[in-house]
Amino acid sequence: MTQALLEKNAENPAVKGDLLEVDHVVKEFKVSGGFRKSSAVVHAVSDVSFSIREGETLAMVGESGCGKSTMGRLILQLLELTSGTIRFEGRDLGELSGEELRHIRKKMQIIFQDPYASLNPRMNVFQIISEPLTTHRVYATQKETEERVRELMRIVGIRPEFINRYPHQFSGGQRQRIGIARALALNPKLVVCDEPVSALDVSIQAQILNLLHDLQKEMQLTYLFISHDLGVVRYISDRVCVMFLGKLCEIGQTEDIFKDPLHPYTQFLLAAVPKPDPHLRREKKALLKGEMPSPVNPPSGCRFHTRCPYATDRCIQEEPQMREVRGRRVACHNVECLTIQ
Amino acid sequence: MQEAIQAAEFAEETTRFMPPREDVEAELLDDTSIWSSLKSMLKNNKLAALSLAVIVIVILMAVFAPIVAPYDPNFQDADNLRFAAPSMAHWLGCDELGRDVFSRLIYGARVSLVIGLVPTLIAMTIGTVMGLMSGYMGKKVDFIIMRFADIVLAFPSLLLAMVVMYTLGASLVNIFIALSIVKWAGTARIVRAQTLSLKEKEFVEAAKAVGVKKWIIMMRHILPNCIPNLIVLFSLNIPDSIMSESSLSFLGIGAVPPSTSWGLMVYRGKQYLFNYPWLTLAPGVAILILVLAFNFLGDGVRDALDPYLKD
Repeated sequence: MTQALLEKNAENPAVKGDLLEVDHVVKEFKVSGGFRKSSAVVHAVSDVSFSIREGETLAMVGESGCGKSTMGRLILQLLELTSGTIRFEGRDLGELSGEELRHIRKKMQIIFQDPYASLNPRMNVFQIISEPLTTHRVYATQKETEERVRELMRIVGIRPEFINRYPHQFSGGQRQRIGIARALALNPKLVVCDEPVSALDVSIQAQILNLLHDLQKEMQLTYLFISHDLGVVRYISDRVCVMFLGKLCEIGQTEDIFKDPLHPYTQFLLAAVPKPDPHLRREKKALLKGEMPSPVNPPSGCRFHTRCPYATDRCIQEEPQMREVRGRRVACHNVECLTIQ
Repeated sequence: MQEAIQAAEFAEETTRFMPPREDVEAELLDDTSIWSSLKSMLKNNKLAALSLAVIVIVILMAVFAPIVAPYDPNFQDADNLRFAAPSMAHWLGCDELGRDVFSRLIYGARVSLVIGLVPTLIAMTIGTVMGLMSGYMGKKVDFIIMRFADIVLAFPSLLLAMVVMYTLGASLVNIFIALSIVKWAGTARIVRAQTLSLKEKEFVEAAKAVGVKKWIIMMRHILPNCIPNLIVLFSLNIPDSIMSESSLSFLGIGAVPPSTSWGLMVYRGKQYLFNYPWLTLAPGVAILILVLAFNFLGDGVRDALDPYLKD
């Protein structure tokens, strides 16, 4: 099944033009250095550009703290950009007025990582799922709203009888389904899934992933799927972009990247995935050495050079730009040499 | 992850869209309104029910004081009844001017109840609004509100209340104002701290992503999650207000004689504590019972409003 699904993903006919364009986006957080110290700047996202096509699933992978979640929140305008532009359906989100932004929020929603923090413990399921509907006054009457909430509950697989229950009465997987129902209430086009399954146990993960996959087909959704779990990413995504310390390393079709990773960081990331087959575990893994550099004081040139075994003087001095290599985009000076090796 | 994909295949036909079994077996909750949960709380929590009864009785006594009280609280018979010990005629004895302590206790409940409740409510309402704004809006709003709170908290509260009372003059309304000014800052601090932690929660982000307006987020998502703390704070603040009022009365800027309050009675009786203990014991025990009743009732209400404890 896996293979069939992956092939299907590779040539997903639902994928159309660009829905979202992220253009040279920068996000810096100021952190005060304490009393009488100059404040430092965390470079969470630095000059990132990519686009998401309508109907596809773009996965964003990288280790903790690399800026993936920040990127998701920037797209949803939950954080303000430091510079750059994000265009949704061709419109620059930064230039929208408050009311226009409210309107466009209907088309972009988010599913969170922690199903225990993402639902208000003092609201019942009806109040949680209906909040988007009542906020945008989608239905005139309470009855219609309730009907829609019940429908959404059926869609995500929660029994509609539980409409008056509170979040703590559900399991983690069910809570995540409630979160999904809330995100889908307004029929969005783009859903940012911020590690939607990493807080769930493996069998529930599979259920939620299947649900997301089915919903995508039924509702023509576009996903930005943020995750650090490469197995999940391979299963669900059409394309993958790899982030390291606020920068994009590589972006391309899922199968290309998994079969033939070009950027050294991607290679190490894939090598670090635990293998389920015990016989394959014997071979020695090439693992990255050293700590992740601090985003407060990122390395010069290529941000990966401090940990990259292939780094040259050029990597230390000159920042690599994204360029097209064998059907995908990579930011590495030495891609060609690495491929020959 | 490989297992996950296999499990997914298995789950495909069998468990897709089906909730786990525990919930199929669990019974449904239909009635979740606030009043019904309060009612069932009173049914199950005997202590809270008793406390409510005590509070209601005290309120009724205060309201119907002229009917309930056996004597005029201000009638003095210093010649015959000065420091009269408790007896059948005077249940709780008489004070230094020969006034019936029981009658004075009943009339004093009027002042003490009002002073316990009204300034607490006013102060907590102001404090909650300030704390929410300060915590949620942050930046300049936060800075300004919190510096005001610091100023208030930096003063000894009794001293500040005295300044206000001396400036405005002794009257009931001025006591409300004085105690409200003194007390809002504590509530504001607590609500702000809670708001700061709550606003980082993902459900608040979800509401923002949907486009819910700021003040609705504050009212719908943040305030309800502060309620348990507010109830505890409320039941702690009531005795505090009663005691503050008695201090003010003692200094001659609270309840104005001959009208009385429980706090004033305690202070007046204090000098005769060793020889005529009923003068302090009666109002002291009354304060104790009322305060305990508010605390137990507050506990019960907090539990009833907590969705975690509903089942």
